[in-house]
Amino acid sequence: MQIVAQILFVLVLIAGIGFFVRNIRRLLRNIKLGREVDRSDNAGERFAKMAKIALGQSKMVRRPIAGILHIIVYLGFIIINIEVLEIMIDGVFGTHRVFAFMGGFYNFLIAFFEFFALLVFVGVVIFWIRRNWRHVYRFMGRELKGWPKDDANYILYFEMVLMALFLTMNAADYQLQLNGVAHYASEAGILGSFPVSGFISPLFDTLSNPTLIIIERTAWWLHIAGILFFLNYLYYSKHLHILLAFPNVYFSKLTPQGKFDNLESVQKEVALMMDPNADPFAAPAEGVEEGEPEKFGASDVFDLNQIQLLNSYTCTECGRCTAECPANLTGKKLSPRKIMMDTRDRLEEVGENINKNGQYEDDGKHLLDDYILREELWACTTCNACVEACPIGIDPLSIILDMRRYLVMEESAAPNELAMAMTNIENNGAPWPYNQMDRLNWAKENK
Amino acid sequence: MAEALKVPTMAEYLAEGKKPEVLFWVGCAGSFDDRAKKITKAFVKLLHEAKVDFAVLGTEESCTGDPAKRAGNEFLFQMQAATNIEVLNGYEIKKVVTACPHCFNTIKNEYPSLGGNYEVMHHTQFLKSLLNEGRLKVEGGKFKGKSITFHDPCYLGRANNEYEAPRDLLRKLEVELVEMRKCKRNGLCCGAGGAQMFKEPEPGNKDVNIERTEQAMEVQPEIIAAGCPFCNTMMTDGVKNKHKENEIAVMDVAEMIANAHDL
Repeated sequence: MQIVAQILFVLVLIAGIGFFVRNIRRLLRNIKLGREVDRSDNAGERFAKMAKIALGQSKMVRRPIAGILHIIVYLGFIIINIEVLEIMIDGVFGTHRVFAFMGGFYNFLIAFFEFFALLVFVGVVIFWIRRNWRHVYRFMGRELKGWPKDDANYILYFEMVLMALFLTMNAADYQLQLNGVAHYASEAGILGSFPVSGFISPLFDTLSNPTLIIIERTAWWLHIAGILFFLNYLYYSKHLHILLAFPNVYFSKLTPQGKFDNLESVQKEVALMMDPNADPFAAPAEGVEEGEPEKFGASDVFDLNQIQLLNSYTCTECGRCTAECPANLTGKKLSPRKIMMDTRDRLEEVGENINKNGQYEDDGKHLLDDYILREELWACTTCNACVEACPIGIDPLSIILDMRRYLVMEESAAPNELAMAMTNIENNGAPWPYNQMDRLNWAKENK
Repeated sequence: MAEALKVPTMAEYLAEGKKPEVLFWVGCAGSFDDRAKKITKAFVKLLHEAKVDFAVLGTEESCTGDPAKRAGNEFLFQMQAATNIEVLNGYEIKKVVTACPHCFNTIKNEYPSLGGNYEVMHHTQFLKSLLNEGRLKVEGGKFKGKSITFHDPCYLGRANNEYEAPRDLLRKLEVELVEMRKCKRNGLCCGAGGAQMFKEPEPGNKDVNIERTEQAMEVQPEIIAAGCPFCNTMMTDGVKNKHKENEIAVMDVAEMIANAHDL
């Protein structure tokens, strides 16, 4: 009987991890649809930033309530995963509390896990209340209607259930040890210390041992199966940030936020234009294939770079960006969070297309217009508040800028007043129609 | 002030075979906008007072390309950049000071990879350095004890991490510096950035400058201090919209210092 359970467990484990690996490969394949970008520089600085911002959660606490609750859940997640290791070993080898040889330290560990399980449970309940009952601005955006809101709640329910199962498992296990049941009881005395589930186990002391074993096994199985399910839920959820926050921060921009990249493709064109010896009508050199002219800016996910696509998978839709966005705060349609969500949704759509057809087949849709509206793009003041607000280094502004570049340079579709300002810059070196020769007039004006 | 300001140009300096200590990049707003021209003049007076050897490009100056770049017109931006860099490099400029955070950000961050490498300072940083070197004295005068809030320009603050230079100057003016709920790295934009200055806003329920003015009014300042000609315009409009122009002034930090000196 025991061996059947062990085999079943190994199969579940292989299926769970195998499916996860498949999803991660799809995710990487999708990210690689983007343009390449070199972020291999400054490894030391990048590691330090990742340690501080992703591992150390330093930007999370800028909003203290959510930040501290998040740190509790985060620490709980990491710490309780040590216990998951024991659960897996027990599952494969049919052992019971295999780490118990650590003695007093093991008792300390189990007690520590139990405290964190309780803290996580409470933290998640508070998150749920904030998200559903309190009128927090960033949880009320129009882009959160439907699936994103359900997704957020499912994650919270999941964590509540996992913690409850963990504590129930321990409570039943403790009671079985007290009852001296074979496989559970040990000559060394009680294995583990149960400061939280010790309060649940009295509920079990009237139950028969077979019933207790059923409860313990059920909780154990559901807990580990739940974890494997959750691992696979990540790819379909906003919750990927628990993995991707680390690479995302590592690859994030290190230069001043105000510095926007200079398009190299344009640099070449401008150099050619400024070169008095360049022949604009020259035929391409012998033997040189004339390539398709490079597309300027972005109208779809293929035109974005891989970091921007990684950003979109990493976004956990917390909305700190949107809550700081001047356009959003004044009722405009722009929401930086929606920019990230749209990018991911479109990328997923393209990914599904590839899964189905083997390669991407034009579906007539684009990130621009079908997901992100021009009205949203033009509402941005490029103030960097969204970039500053993101706790894990996502840059919605860079996507907005790349899409504006497409609108202006490929479609000449700037709003009329802007087009006039740009014509002025071109003609007279200022966004207003003043003569460049009058530029120093102020110095001659008295007063 | 009956006589005109003395504003030497780079061309004049070159003719005399001289090189100035610093180039004052005036910017489009500083050159053409009536309100911003006052900031330009106030800053020039301070430069004279501190005996700074400076020059401007005058008619050889052109838009840095900031609004074009942020609107998505990378071509126009790079054309502007190439022309400006050619002029700046031709005069062998080493150091640039400007009273516009947009020009500051563009020349400092986006010109280097296009061949324009200069030490670039925002005017509040430059004034602070003059103060530290003992070349300029800043004292309270008429602003002493007045309740003043500083509105952080996005392209000085978040974009380039400079929050203290303007505040240090204000503290020297012995004002009572009050901070808005949203300040420094959390500061709210005035609504002009990203080329918004040159277009109508998208439909919404409020203009950004009104929102920001309301935030400023929460701390009941006598003066809203600014460090950007566009923020200045936006906040001035906001104050007018609230019919508070007789109670709340919007002034550039440089204007306040010049004013305290009765320049």
